[in-house]
Amino acid sequence: MTQSKPMIEVTNLDKYYGKFQALKNVSLTVDQGEKVVICGPSGSGKSTLIRCFNGLEWHSSGRLVIDGIEVYEGAKEIRELRQEVGMVFQQFNLFPHLTVLENLTIGPMKVRNIDRAQAEETARKYLERVHIPEQADKYPAQLSGGQQQRVAIARSLCMETRIMLFDEPTSALDPEMINEVLDVMVELAQSGMTMVVVTHEMGFARKVADKMVFMEAGQIVEVSPPDKFFTNPSSERCRLFLDQILEH
Amino acid sequence: MSDIGISGPIGQPLPRRPFLRRFFDSVPISVLIYAVIVGLIGYGAYTGAQGMGYNWQWYRIPQYFYRVTDEGFQWGEIPIGLVATITLSVTAFLLAMLIGLVVALLRLSGLVVGSAVAVGFLELIRNIPLLVLLYLFYYVLGPVFGFDRYVASILTLAVFHSALISEILRAGINAVPTGQWEAAKSIGMSTSQTYRYIILPQSIRFMLPPLTGEVVHLIKSSAIVSVIAVAELTTLGRNIISDTYMSFEIWFTIALVYLAVTLILSIGVSFLEKKYAVDQ
Repeated sequence: MTQSKPMIEVTNLDKYYGKFQALKNVSLTVDQGEKVVICGPSGSGKSTLIRCFNGLEWHSSGRLVIDGIEVYEGAKEIRELRQEVGMVFQQFNLFPHLTVLENLTIGPMKVRNIDRAQAEETARKYLERVHIPEQADKYPAQLSGGQQQRVAIARSLCMETRIMLFDEPTSALDPEMINEVLDVMVELAQSGMTMVVVTHEMGFARKVADKMVFMEAGQIVEVSPPDKFFTNPSSERCRLFLDQILEH
Repeated sequence: MSDIGISGPIGQPLPRRPFLRRFFDSVPISVLIYAVIVGLIGYGAYTGAQGMGYNWQWYRIPQYFYRVTDEGFQWGEIPIGLVATITLSVTAFLLAMLIGLVVALLRLSGLVVGSAVAVGFLELIRNIPLLVLLYLFYYVLGPVFGFDRYVASILTLAVFHSALISEILRAGINAVPTGQWEAAKSIGMSTSQTYRYIILPQSIRFMLPPLTGEVVHLIKSSAIVSVIAVAELTTLGRNIISDTYMSFEIWFTIALVYLAVTLILSIGVSFLEKKYAVDQ
């Protein structure tokens, strides 16, 4: 790829909740097609950071440019941006009063004004891609957690997003369902999607990450490619964290 | 053999419930006690009326429901009054929903001015008696803005009930998890789209039971507009009495008509609730 602008450009980002500082001087770039995995102890600001990327939280100072659009509280382009940036939540957040198919079509139909037939065609294509085409007419409550999370991924894909954010996508799942979701994410990574994933699934990280990010107490402590990150991290704190989660 | 729905360790019968409890819970005794209580009340009313020499004339009541004369079938005063009460209540309720929704959205808007206006309105309405509110609308605002007693009654009922309705709507909207807002935002929905397609459809099942209560309350409080002589059920009842002096029969009948309407409403809505519960 020729010299292209980064998809996500974070420069000196600070975020305060009242007096508490959740993000401290965070800088990071994510190129097109790059897969970034963010890990770190809970409360370290990982989720806050990626929630800033689609305007679910607003940073207090610093500069944040996503796909050429400057993000700040009250930005007019924020709704256009959100259509480009998909998000998958820890708790799935499917719409319980709509069927799986309706969950996938409501965004394209209402936000992008695509007609029903075409929206349903796209929806079925992506349900196929997350391996649950047969569940289209069920309600979310009738699906397992793993299936619900795959529907949530398909819901974001239906918006034809260019960036996908994952906020601990497997943390609320029963162990036997984690792999079915990770498999879909690996396939998505292989298709060339730009992805920022907050997760502690280090197997997944090893497989797909181009860049590993370790955060602690609102700061980025380490950014390195996965082979260096897992074998020889430069910070002591990161080494300790990895020892703890890789122990088993 | 125990008559409680749980079983003890195998082979060991559970202790039986105390004798008095079993005695009073048995069907014949319950029915008997119920009959005695109702009978006593009925007898008390009857002897009381006898004692004051009341002349019961129940046979004159049906003509106030309908009459068949030479000119054919005619509805009586009571059904006409009932229709007026229902029209008044439905109009007032729709208006109250509208005001309530606006107030609820103002409060949820997060704007300081919005919540201040909404809270001010709620506190004002909740702390003025309904009767005083009615007088304000009829004797003060009516002449000022030039509306009649019927409009004044609708406005009074709508404004009075919109306060509670806005709280019901707000609670229903708040009962939808914040994750739903975030999911809707993350696919690019605007606030109004999120309300329309995601939040309100899910709030309905939280709102239906308390809203039913509020409709029943509204129908009952609509009787108060009889003090400014709007021709609804209570007013017509009072008019019949001033013609016939049958206050006992007429007030009993009017009370039963209100009871029938509100009961039918409650039963109808409980069917609706079951439907929404199944759909989720």
